Amino acid sequence: MYDVLVIGAGHAGCEAAAAAARRGARVGLITFRAEDAGQMSCNPSIGGVGKGHLVRELDVFDGLMARAADRAAIHRRMLNRSKGPAVWGPRVQADRRLFQSAIGELLGENGVEIVVAEALRLVIRGCKITAVETSEGILSCRALVIATGTFLDARLFTGNETVEGGRRGERASAALAAQIREIGLGQGRLKTGTPPRLDGRTVDWAVLEEQPSDVGAWSMSALDDGVGQPQLRCAITRTNLRTHDVIRANFDQSPLFAGAIEGRGPRYCPSIEDKVKRFGDRDGHQIFLEPEGLDDHFVYPNGISTSLPADVQEAFVRTIAGLERVDIVRPGYAVEYEFVDPRRLNATLEVREIGGLFLAGQISGTTGYEEAAAQGLAAGLNAAAVALDLPDVRFDRRTSYIGVMLDDLTLQGVSEPYRMMTARAEYRLALRADNATTRLGQGALEADCVSERRRRQIEGHFAHRSEASWPMTEEGRADRLYAPYLERQQREWEVVQRDSHVWIPCDLDFAFVPGLSNEMVERLASSRPETLDQASRVPGVTPAALSALYVATARRTAA
Amino acid sequence: MAGDLPQVRTAAVRELRDPQTTGLLDEALVLRFDAPASATGEDIVEFQCHGGRAVVDSILAALGAIEGLRPAEPGEFTRRAFDNGRIDLTEAEGLADLLEAETESQRKAALALAEGGLRKQIELWQDQLLALSASAERAIDYDDDDLALDPALSSGCANLAAELRQWLSRPRVELLKDGVRVVVAGPPNAGKSSLVNAIAGQERAIVTDVPGTTRDHIEVPLALGGVPILLTDTAGLRDTDDEVEAIGVGRSRNLVDAADVLTWLGDPDVAPRHPRLVRVHAKADLGREVPCGSIAVSATTGEGLSLLLERLGALAKTLLPAEDSIALNRRQAAHIEQAAAALEDAASTFDLVVLAEHLRAARSEFDRLTGRAGVEDVLDALFGRFCLGK
Repeated sequence: MYDVLVIGAGHAGCEAAAAAARRGARVGLITFRAEDAGQMSCNPSIGGVGKGHLVRELDVFDGLMARAADRAAIHRRMLNRSKGPAVWGPRVQADRRLFQSAIGELLGENGVEIVVAEALRLVIRGCKITAVETSEGILSCRALVIATGTFLDARLFTGNETVEGGRRGERASAALAAQIREIGLGQGRLKTGTPPRLDGRTVDWAVLEEQPSDVGAWSMSALDDGVGQPQLRCAITRTNLRTHDVIRANFDQSPLFAGAIEGRGPRYCPSIEDKVKRFGDRDGHQIFLEPEGLDDHFVYPNGISTSLPADVQEAFVRTIAGLERVDIVRPGYAVEYEFVDPRRLNATLEVREIGGLFLAGQISGTTGYEEAAAQGLAAGLNAAAVALDLPDVRFDRRTSYIGVMLDDLTLQGVSEPYRMMTARAEYRLALRADNATTRLGQGALEADCVSERRRRQIEGHFAHRSEASWPMTEEGRADRLYAPYLERQQREWEVVQRDSHVWIPCDLDFAFVPGLSNEMVERLASSRPETLDQASRVPGVTPAALSALYVATARRTAA
Repeated sequence: MAGDLPQVRTAAVRELRDPQTTGLLDEALVLRFDAPASATGEDIVEFQCHGGRAVVDSILAALGAIEGLRPAEPGEFTRRAFDNGRIDLTEAEGLADLLEAETESQRKAALALAEGGLRKQIELWQDQLLALSASAERAIDYDDDDLALDPALSSGCANLAAELRQWLSRPRVELLKDGVRVVVAGPPNAGKSSLVNAIAGQERAIVTDVPGTTRDHIEVPLALGGVPILLTDTAGLRDTDDEVEAIGVGRSRNLVDAADVLTWLGDPDVAPRHPRLVRVHAKADLGREVPCGSIAVSATTGEGLSLLLERLGALAKTLLPAEDSIALNRRQAAHIEQAAAALEDAASTFDLVVLAEHLRAARSEFDRLTGRAGVEDVLDALFGRFCLGK
């Protein structure tokens, strides 16, 4: 009997498994292949604006991603350095293999058991998850986290070729997808894509503009593991009119435009054929050439994700400066996959109708390693809570990007893959990458999910804050810079807080709340807000509806 | 009570009978609107009966006797229309003003508001604001080159702030509702109360020959050529030892300061300074010489009265919002003021993140303006002042 089982060993699954284990659960991590744990399927970088904030927050709870990124970092850049510190975005290029081995080691340190098997079927008894049927037999559990990423009934597209699979050369989870649809969780299809991988030995680096690594030392994790990797360089090049001509001439061979792909892709990270189609008048689009590792000649050309046929990919890539003689090691492709409407989840990421069942990562409609990992943390901590009867761990959108994301997902749902942006956080000035420990340290200690070493670091941080030298630190200076704005936000915040603790009974039938229009009933029923404060953020819900809801809730409480 | 209902969205003549006695109450026009295409979004039947008080009372009494029927609370129809999404908050406010409108120009301004004129203007501003925010957010979340603050963003904020300021400098709708304050002031026994009475056409102020009779001010609301006026009689201005009168004199000085139009009865040379001053030579029937620039008026004979009224009406009209234009009320102006201030702050910072924060503050002011947030106190204030029914 496992306390918690996790299906899928990507970024969400690994964090979920480790987080549950840190709270004392016996955890099994089910994956097709043990060596796949922590694989970076797409770009070889971790962090960025908004995403870097998530990684720093994850780290406060002793998550794996920041430390693994530090151990694997071969290039570091603090994005937005010329802007205010609230939006500085730490980002590292990580050596793919080093990152995976770091994740593997950290999973082991956290005491997670790897189970090599295919998950075939969920066993649900009386609206509660009790076990998972796998290719290796039935495994019983008290809680389950599904973190299958793009693997649910996934299809890969390159030109007119279509294959079943969640990642190049790997299988899809068809049986599980069918059951998820059967229990009414399947929502629709989304798509994402990846660029061709280039052979770095055939890139003419000498003619390209270099993008150097930051000189100043900073790390993703607040725990300094003291691992310094040799720093590689990245380079910048651009598409040009000839590139666009080649792409345009082959639009009819793109599965995106031929109608083969029905799923919606992220607006924030369009394929190069989308960029050419929508912004055709631009004379070029920037490409970052990112080496994938130290002893690896693969180069990831960030900015040209594509599903055109392999020969067209080669033709257009060779029109680009520095890539005239480049060899493609592996063509780019689009992947279309099934996702679940995250409005079916509580803010703890537990499926509302099925006790002990949690979802995390791309399956809930997000995109990106960091978004997946942060959900994994929340799902893992709360799966352990269900299994071991511990308190919930909830994230507030006013104190963390994790809270912003969980709130957005579970209340607003998604219509395209959800990516973190600082614009999503109305308390952005308070949510900095440099003050994650200050914001979340206390919560991490209370969740009782951190190592002794982390506990000392958090306590040390709070002690440091009360010292006279604090205002001279980088975090102290940023605190002062934003203090007047934060005071004003604090006041707004208190107004909101008055409502935030009004809980809406989970069995309240919105259809019987007097004064709610049918439209409001529908909106509220699909998002199922847990508090009045959450209800106020359900899109389209009017203040009048909120008052009606408030009256109904108050009446229920009084009765 | 009316027999069978007319077809949807048609009117028909029906005999209204008391359901208990079957006695004929009135012959009336009955209109039927089915949900959701009605004023409140619910099923509605409207009776248009004859206007006599007794007829209306008997019909209301008969309706009230029917099980489950009750008179609407003040503002209830509008509240229901709002709850059912038929109107937004600015439209609801316009409707409230329409119901209170007593003069033609009030009615037009209220109608412009109720028809969503303000809402359309606000939507335009919101669009501009969103465009500014979007460009700031793009520069924060999607700037691979880490560029410096775009000066076009700052100037965009400044321009929008200037446009809002320009609207804020326009006359407010309260002048339409409360009336332009025309204050009649002067030394004691100058004939102020007689003049006010002559204008109002009724004995509103007590008139005697004893100087200092008016110890507190008296307000008479009236309409001059469709312009709402609040005519204010004041205690005569003089130094006095009488404690009660001294309070009245103090108030008079405040009223003179607050006057939209000042009518001065007394020595023209000692008239208070005021941008809209009308000098009146009162008691013209006594035959004294009329000073240059004063209008000679006699409350006794009516001489000069119409000339004075014309002059007052014309001055008052310059203060009012142009007819058919949208005027802001105090609440709306307060939010637009806050938004303008936030935009000015945004225009003056060099920190892009702080700029974006000011834009967010401006956006939330607009949200409050249209009733999307922080709204309950607005609703209470708004719906509380409705008279019965729609």
